Amino acid sequence: MMDKELKREIMLDHYNHPNNKQTVEDDSYRSVHNASESCIDDITVYMKASEDHIEDVKFDGVGCTICTASTDIMCDLVTGKSFEEAKAIIQEYYNMVDDKPFDEDALEEANAFDTLYQQANRIKCGTIGIHAIEELINEFEQ
Amino acid sequence: MFDVNKIRNDFPMIRNHPDLIYLDSGATSFKPQCVIDEVVKYYEWENANIHRGDYDISFRVSKIYDDTRKTVADFIGAERPECIVYTYGATSSLNTVAINAGKKFLQKGDVILTSQVEHASDILPWFKAAEASGAEIRYIPFDEHAVFNLDEYEKCFSDNRVKIVALPYVSNVMGYIYPVKEIVKIAHEHGALVSIDGAQAVPHLKVDVSDLDVDFLSFSSHKMLGPAGIGILYGKFDLLEQMDPIFYGGGSNARFYENGEIILQKTPEKFEAGTPCIEGVLGLRKAIEYLESIGMDEVMEYGIELSDYFIEKLEQLDNVEVYNRGSKAGIVTFNLKGIFAQDAASYFNRLGISVRTGNHCAKLLHHVIHVNETIRASMHIYNTKEEIDRFVDVIRDTTIEKCVDSVL
Ligand SMILES: Cc1ncc(COP(=O)(O)O)c(C=O)c1O
Repeated sequence: MMDKELKREIMLDHYNHPNNKQTVEDDSYRSVHNASESCIDDITVYMKASEDHIEDVKFDGVGCTICTASTDIMCDLVTGKSFEEAKAIIQEYYNMVDDKPFDEDALEEANAFDTLYQQANRIKCGTIGIHAIEELINEFEQ
Repeated sequence: MFDVNKIRNDFPMIRNHPDLIYLDSGATSFKPQCVIDEVVKYYEWENANIHRGDYDISFRVSKIYDDTRKTVADFIGAERPECIVYTYGATSSLNTVAINAGKKFLQKGDVILTSQVEHASDILPWFKAAEASGAEIRYIPFDEHAVFNLDEYEKCFSDNRVKIVALPYVSNVMGYIYPVKEIVKIAHEHGALVSIDGAQAVPHLKVDVSDLDVDFLSFSSHKMLGPAGIGILYGKFDLLEQMDPIFYGGGSNARFYENGEIILQKTPEKFEAGTPCIEGVLGLRKAIEYLESIGMDEVMEYGIELSDYFIEKLEQLDNVEVYNRGSKAGIVTFNLKGIFAQDAASYFNRLGISVRTGNHCAKLLHHVIHVNETIRASMHIYNTKEEIDRFVDVIRDTTIEKCVDSVL
């Protein structure tokens, strides 16, 4: 378990200074847009991949702290990974926000969201970018 | 005398959640005991369909159901009960108008005049009406505070193409009251019809459709202390006569024949195919009686008092930006500087304060006020200045760290 101070620091750091937030206008990237009707989070994720692994992931759009930080952290986590590895990480993340057993080691900084499951109304914020990443992986795999 | 404590006591949601500060009545209001009792009474004592049975219970329910048209007509100043169509809510009322306009009142080259402040339910049906008729949508220019300006409005008629004006009476994000009477007068001078979205107005203002001379007024019961699932379309009788139902089926026809010919019921029954929300109509009647027992003038005055009080308090804070200084109908829209609205709202939720964030279904509004996301606090007669004080104290001390901590 991370302590609260560290979690807060990770979240605010990725919210205020996201590493992967930028608009991509490069044809070698594919993109997926994910927005929700009930909240304002509105995210586009861009991915570049080779035959079987992710070379780069970026995102842009409008999001709250949870949406922005979770998307940014997940971009970090899956960059350079094979599709299989990336999907496994995403599955661990879903397990965590569903309050199921999960592998802490696989999630690194994403462990900052380990109590998100307690707030049903924010789980959507913490998964909107992740769903877009997952969708892109599925697109590339086909 | 307006006695808010007495009023609060009439609302089970308040009795059951004494510490909750509910500031989302713009989404849906609480219901007083008398409305709830009426709905329960229908199911426990009067459960029967309307207009179908040859027995006493159905007869009695049908009578109250039919008589409620008169209650609604009187409440909004309609000339006759036949001008009142029961629908499923403001959205279904607005669609009924727009679909008919697309088919019957509009032609290629005509203009539908509206604004970028509109709720999705008052703009998407008009997009479809434009598509069906070849008419186009024109937006009235607003200033950056989304304030409606009559001169700008009148200029929109200069090419004589406007055939329909679709505007709210009260904006659901900004809370401004539109000068509907003048809006209608100008439209009529130019031969245009006016459809008013009254979803946020009828719950708070004394509305008189005859005085305003509007052609259509749409609203929902659930925002005015009544049950959900029932709404009203008011239309001028001769216009309703020209219009077609959206749905066909039982209850709306008098006869039909093998060759496909249908003889519809008269207006307004022709619009009401299928078993309606019976308990909703009965409950709406009680809601109107309840509002009238307080008096719509009092309701309106209290809404203004709360809005003014809230805005004045917020403006004293350095960490807040208020977007709708002129709001009068219990709606206050603001942001905390440097904090994403949703993060703040989620923190407020932790402290038992319910507000709504987002673009409030008015997804074009950001073109006008240049913010995407706001916090909206919307109030009704059961809210108090003490609640506002408590909320303002919370807002004053809200930091992004506290917001983030609320999910850790
Ligand atoms: C201005 C306005 N118009 C229309 C509607 C739609 O009302 P309903 O959802 O009851 O059909 C709303 C509800 O939020 C509203 O605020």
